[in-house]
Amino acid sequence: MAVTPEKTKRGKKPAVSMDRDELFAAYASMLLIRRFEEKAGQLYGMGLIAGFCHLYIGQEAVVVGMQHCIGQGDEVITSYRDHGHMLACGMDPNGVMAELTGRSGGYSRGKGGSMHMFSKEKGFFGGHGIVGAQVSLGAGLGFSNWYRENDRVSLTYFGEGASNQGQVYESFNLANLMKLPVVFIIENNRYAMGTSVERASASRDLSLNGVPWGMPSLAVDGMDVLAVKAAGEQAVAHCRAGKGPFLLEMKTYRYRGHSMSDPAKYRTREEVQRMRAEHDPLDSAKKHLEELGITEAEMKKLDDDIKLRVQEAADFAQASPEPDPSELWTDILVGV
Amino acid sequence: MATDILMPALSPTMTSGKLSKWLKQPGDTVKSGDVLAEIETDKATMEVEAVDEGVLSKIVVPEGTEGVAVNAVIAVLNADEASTAPAAPAAPAAAAPVAAMPAAPAVAKPVAAPQNLSEPAWGETKPTTVREALREGMVLEMRADADVFLMGEEVAQYQGAYKISQGMLDEFGPRRVIDTPITEHGFTGMAVGAAMNGLKPIVEFMTFNFAMQAIDQIINSAAKTLYMSGGQMGCPIVFRGPNGAAARVGAQHSQCYASWYAHCPGLKVVAPWSAADAKGLMRAAIRDPNPVIFLENEILYGQTFDCPVSEDFILPIGKAKIERAGSDVTIIAFSIMVDVAMKAAEALAEQGISAEVINLRTIRPLDIETIIASVKKTSRVVSVEEGWPFAGIGSEICMTVVEHCFDWLDAPPVRVAGLDVPMPYAANLEKLALPQPSWVVDAVKKLF
Repeated sequence: MAVTPEKTKRGKKPAVSMDRDELFAAYASMLLIRRFEEKAGQLYGMGLIAGFCHLYIGQEAVVVGMQHCIGQGDEVITSYRDHGHMLACGMDPNGVMAELTGRSGGYSRGKGGSMHMFSKEKGFFGGHGIVGAQVSLGAGLGFSNWYRENDRVSLTYFGEGASNQGQVYESFNLANLMKLPVVFIIENNRYAMGTSVERASASRDLSLNGVPWGMPSLAVDGMDVLAVKAAGEQAVAHCRAGKGPFLLEMKTYRYRGHSMSDPAKYRTREEVQRMRAEHDPLDSAKKHLEELGITEAEMKKLDDDIKLRVQEAADFAQASPEPDPSELWTDILVGV
Repeated sequence: MATDILMPALSPTMTSGKLSKWLKQPGDTVKSGDVLAEIETDKATMEVEAVDEGVLSKIVVPEGTEGVAVNAVIAVLNADEASTAPAAPAAPAAAAPVAAMPAAPAVAKPVAAPQNLSEPAWGETKPTTVREALREGMVLEMRADADVFLMGEEVAQYQGAYKISQGMLDEFGPRRVIDTPITEHGFTGMAVGAAMNGLKPIVEFMTFNFAMQAIDQIINSAAKTLYMSGGQMGCPIVFRGPNGAAARVGAQHSQCYASWYAHCPGLKVVAPWSAADAKGLMRAAIRDPNPVIFLENEILYGQTFDCPVSEDFILPIGKAKIERAGSDVTIIAFSIMVDVAMKAAEALAEQGISAEVINLRTIRPLDIETIIASVKKTSRVVSVEEGWPFAGIGSEICMTVVEHCFDWLDAPPVRVAGLDVPMPYAANLEKLALPQPSWVVDAVKKLF
């Protein structure tokens, strides 16, 4: 199969892929993720959230833009940096935050934690802690759609660090061999924990990593929700048409450390400041919205609503009781 | 000068085969590399090429003969008319020199069905190989449930590396019997993802040794997700394939993984011995809503047992079977070691010791009840496993007995296990590394 990896250059103004209302909804989703993650960071600092906690701040446009390309019945799966994906899928912020605090009101009743939440109802399949494992699983979600001969699509997210795992390429091969409807999405935030992509990947253009398997791909400005949606629509349409998988490299950036315990000494403060100042996905969406005529009052109301929503989630997560000790022995096997 | 042409061994476990077709007839001139005959092994039909040159003077074994032992003379080559080739007494293809290997028994003897403790009320039985029983188990479940499918290396077009899935592609088509590339990590993860989305995959590993490439997906994804999701996301999947030593395949193809998988909560682990075990447990494993590790044994594939023919026949996971009743000692084994235990029990009976043999069938969850009831009766226990002793299933059985019926014991529990070494290739060394009936007999006698 001939491959024509098309590219959208970073900074180039993408085709307008959302109207005013849709962009406003996308902005609201991104803002919810940002405020939720800021609150999670606070709760972590207060000792209410423990263990690993990987914040999505900076990358919001990726998952929100992609979510606007899919519908009911499509599947989403990702790694441990998963809070944003869950909120974008429509999962209840209360349940997500309560899982972070390890309470019975959490999505996994306190037994999964930050990295392990699921919602079959919302099409969210986790939440996986082994770097790269979710890529094969995501191929399996696509496989189930292929097996059932429906037109659903699996969105399979992973970082540029995971993109060096062998099973990622095994999955690329299987997916294009069997023409499975999977959009593989590399969230290239440039750092796999402390190792920059240049120090980890001999491949200098990750969007070309599917070429040996004949997978079409796009490199996308992952800081621009409009660009993400435009590329995502193309990828999803390709899958729904039965043409097999599609690879998207989202060029993005995380503002916080890899996890809460990462001081992020491997990059300069100036680099982070520059990204925040010049490429923030919320700022650019807000600017578009203003051009489209959204009023300051509307924005202010959204801000206030979301702050309240997040505070409610934080309150719920602290008020929800810890799981009953009997929960220790449940859910090990079905029917036992 | 005449050269004998011998029945070649064409697979590591082949002891006999069917001479399906002669492609040369007496009087034909044979050149080195010519195809002489077609031979059907337990895995495939193979062509036998001539090594020596000459004129085929006599066919000893006519075509269509079944159960021809490896190294039996199948034809004679009269080398007199060959101008150049030296008439070395070499066997064709992979066969070893005549003197080096004694002829194996013509056919693997059907193991006698346990006399007194057969399955309850399953009615009519028929002689069935373990291979057929595994296939029947899968086929019956696939007919009953469209969500069940089989995937793995060579399962479809090749008809199975060990012919377990023979004919299944024809019946179920390529969407349900799926050849994968050699990519264990990838296709295992893919199958686990499909199971999380409600399908019921059967994943065949060509051997469980290769499943080590995929063990992260088996443990971290398949076994743990139900718990991590608070019960939301189950994984109804069967991982199956040959486990443990075959014959002369060396250290990387001869490991028993029973204790590896049995260690992990979230998995069930079964290890059938007989054809009935294989069929009944296969059906149960496929119906089970949890991930099940199904440990088969290559040497058992060709062995014949009486197996119930009932359409409803199924065995419960988690229940052991007393294969032979006895009163003086309990011998606990699984998979091919049940055979070793039964032979040991026979030998012990001749020496006046009555041994009870428990076929575990399921490793996890372990049927503690059956073990304890037996040990309370006999007051002595010996475990037999092919895998290594350290942290093995024998260790678990010993601890279980000590915890539950220490006061009934007349002697410390003893374990018989494979030697604590990577499996050697040499025939004599391999034999020394694997438990023999005499090891079990010796272990038992130390208890008195």
